[in-house]
Amino acid sequence: MSSGASVVVIGGGATGLSTAWWLCREGVPVTVVEKGIVGWEASGRNGGGATHPASPLFREEQRLWPMMDELLGYPTEHQPMRIRVCVTPGQLALAEHGAALAEKQGFRVERLDPQALRELVPWVGDDVAGGMLLHYGGHANPQRTVQAYAWAIQDLGGTILQHTTVTGIRVQGGKAVAVETDQGVLGCDAVVVAAGPHTARITAMLGVEVPVAPARAEMIVTEPVPLIRHGGADGNGLYGRQTLRGNLAYGGGPHEWIELADARTPRPVNSPVVRSLARRLAEMFPRLGHVRVIRSWAGVIENTPDGRPILDRLEDPSNVVIATMSSVGFGLSPASGHALAQLVVRGRCDFADLTWLKLARFGGLAANWREHAGWVPWSAAEQPESFDGAGVHS
Amino acid sequence: MPSPVDPTSIAGKAFPVAEHVPLLVLGAGPAGLAAAIEAARCGLHVVLLDEHPVASALIGLDVPFVFGDRLDPAVQNKPRMTERVVAARPDLEQAVEAGVDVRLGVYAWGAFVTGATSRALPHPLLGLADEARSWLVSFDRMIVAAGARDLALAFPGWDRPGVMGARGADAAIRLYQAFAGRRLVVLGAGVLGLGVALGAQEAGLEVAAIVDVGVLPATGAATLRTLGIPIHTEHAIRATLGTAEVEGVRIAPLADPGAAFDIACDTIVCAVDLVPNVEMFDLLGCPIGWRPELGGFVPQVDADGRTSVPGIYAAGECAGVTDAAVADPALAAAAGRRAARAAARDAGLDVEALLPAPPIAAPPADRDAMHRHWLASHVDAARADVMICRCEEVGLRDLLGVRPPRYLSYDGKKFAARDLRSLAADGPINQDQIKRLTRAGMGACQGRRCREQVQLLLAMQGNQPTGSVPLPSYRAPLRPLPLNVLSAHDETQEMRDNWVVWFGIPGQWLPQWEPVPDHAASAVESRVLREFET
Repeated sequence: MSSGASVVVIGGGATGLSTAWWLCREGVPVTVVEKGIVGWEASGRNGGGATHPASPLFREEQRLWPMMDELLGYPTEHQPMRIRVCVTPGQLALAEHGAALAEKQGFRVERLDPQALRELVPWVGDDVAGGMLLHYGGHANPQRTVQAYAWAIQDLGGTILQHTTVTGIRVQGGKAVAVETDQGVLGCDAVVVAAGPHTARITAMLGVEVPVAPARAEMIVTEPVPLIRHGGADGNGLYGRQTLRGNLAYGGGPHEWIELADARTPRPVNSPVVRSLARRLAEMFPRLGHVRVIRSWAGVIENTPDGRPILDRLEDPSNVVIATMSSVGFGLSPASGHALAQLVVRGRCDFADLTWLKLARFGGLAANWREHAGWVPWSAAEQPESFDGAGVHS
Repeated sequence: MPSPVDPTSIAGKAFPVAEHVPLLVLGAGPAGLAAAIEAARCGLHVVLLDEHPVASALIGLDVPFVFGDRLDPAVQNKPRMTERVVAARPDLEQAVEAGVDVRLGVYAWGAFVTGATSRALPHPLLGLADEARSWLVSFDRMIVAAGARDLALAFPGWDRPGVMGARGADAAIRLYQAFAGRRLVVLGAGVLGLGVALGAQEAGLEVAAIVDVGVLPATGAATLRTLGIPIHTEHAIRATLGTAEVEGVRIAPLADPGAAFDIACDTIVCAVDLVPNVEMFDLLGCPIGWRPELGGFVPQVDADGRTSVPGIYAAGECAGVTDAAVADPALAAAAGRRAARAAARDAGLDVEALLPAPPIAAPPADRDAMHRHWLASHVDAARADVMICRCEEVGLRDLLGVRPPRYLSYDGKKFAARDLRSLAADGPINQDQIKRLTRAGMGACQGRRCREQVQLLLAMQGNQPTGSVPLPSYRAPLRPLPLNVLSAHDETQEMRDNWVVWFGIPGQWLPQWEPVPDHAASAVESRVLREFET
């Protein structure tokens, strides 16, 4: 890419914003196009976790997060370290799997007996099996972080167009030359598509098929309770954290595969699963059974067939970079944005092996892969036999 | 061939329900009681739900009304409070006689219906709870008669114990007979304030003064003058007095702020206006519109109270607050009966012609202008430390500056260039966004004490109509519920067996710098891997 060239980033979620911010840091003029408000969808409504040892971006994720407040200039509420709470011996055995993956990469995991765990997390029950203190990973406030990215982009001279919907991409001579929106046309030298669940719809404008399936997932939030030393304590089938304000925000459990009819994301509602979330949280922290749930929320995320990101620069048009984080995007965003900015500017990432995150791995995918996996909307009303999932019991 | 079902998804999961109800009526106020009785007479099986008496812990949180710490310990005795609620609402007995299944002290905290992101439920479900547990019921139809709550508008010292709302005062005095005060000052000389003053006098309490920032309204003014209560119109509150709790109020003429004087009282009742309870409509996905003449955001309904979600009806104050309706509960009751007949007809019952809508005596007033006048009279740049969100301690300065919460340290120089106006330059102001950045409305009272005034302040600061700030979303649980209560004690084994932290896609949690191994697809491996962290 030549100097002075401009980049249009489609999608104002964590991944797109971080990419734009990294490009701004390199002096590349950037315009972010967002159909709504920055970070409005899954990027602003997730567990805030930043602990992903299975990702090639893990090391960069761990390197960057402690610096993010300073680099962005605005608070992200990042907190280092995680605690894995294991209510049963079975959970303890399962947690070893994740620990091994991080330890292999040189990160430290401290095994905690019930007493040691209780000292760090006084909310656990008498019969807790044990836990782990992860001397890596952490968590941040998604809502504050996405706004921090947006403000930092503006501070560096970048432009963010909210309430602007992409309607087309103009291609000439094998390159994207302009992005058409409902607010006007933006000429460009490169394009980044980071549109989350809408990624496939955008890349279809280029004749490129990106296999992603959107789904709804949900979380609950309690009133604040006194802070523990490391708020990133989760387990028992839940992901989540104690926020710096003291609220407990936890999610997990059944997702719902959905369909996106158009450029809008329908309002993701909650389901009775919120009761099952409350049950698991009370099981994990029995001393907090009296603490009140004051809110719940849901978000829409997308998954690729193997659950892994697609971070790739297309061959045709050759100046288009596509990104989906396959439902795990927020925590990795400082690193994914860095990698994507490098793909835009240099054509390759120099700090992580993205070989297996290329789009080409899905070359032989069947057209009906979603149906084949059962990753499609399911309606009780449309079942052949009368399904009575609400079977009345007395 | 039918598609396989993703076992870790919601598809096919059962959510056990305690019962199926043909017609639910939510709220046993004038509208709900009349609706339940009428529907039962039409031949429908009706369950009438009301949250009163609410737990004393909720009263302490100002849920559902602004109780201002002015209820006596008798509210901890739930059986006794239930007796008092029944005594205060004689129509409850009539409803029982008509065959209505009446449940008191039950919270309706959630509703789950089919929509764009929710298709897996076989029936519409309502989430209910009492003090011990929660459960689900399925239903065919529901008349929401959730009433209205107190409009909280800040004034200097409004966060002192002893400041309550009109509905909080009414519940304390009349419904629970558990009011802990003796001498009141009422803010608002309209029909709502008049009602509070009358109710207080009937209960043998002293009303020390009625204060309004405006002039005496035509409606009710004659009655008000006969009560022998000093009336101070075109006055504003300068401060509340007292060490810990309210011991008095300092007011001053709007035209002469220097001429302030004090009135001794132990309770200040803010009776400026009410807010239609639209939270259940928002959960249900009913379109909600801005109608300042009806008190703000209200569901869109037809003449019989049908919302645009099939099977959901609205009746009474939750569909709109007017002076006429506040003054005369018979209007709400009539709306309840109309909705009941509509529900009965929609259920296929042979119901006679629908009741005519009562004539509207006078065009309803623009309540938004009144709200703005009250707020502008008490909160401005010179009093920027006035608390707006009490749960999260967000002052006016923090709100308009879009400042991070006080528990965070941040670079003040960076934020000097950031405020509500700079954010507005990036796009229309959205209260949910402001909520996330400042935390105003994120507290344990679930925004009941600041939602409307935050909306007003955002609009006033941006010189834009109040209704142009969209309704911030409501979220279940609509009442703060302990984890042990909300907990799914009735969860199915299938739910437990298939629970995953996050999607259960094995390859997601294996090293992504290597290809996905074939064995990751095996069920045993995926069982291990899907327990993995995210």
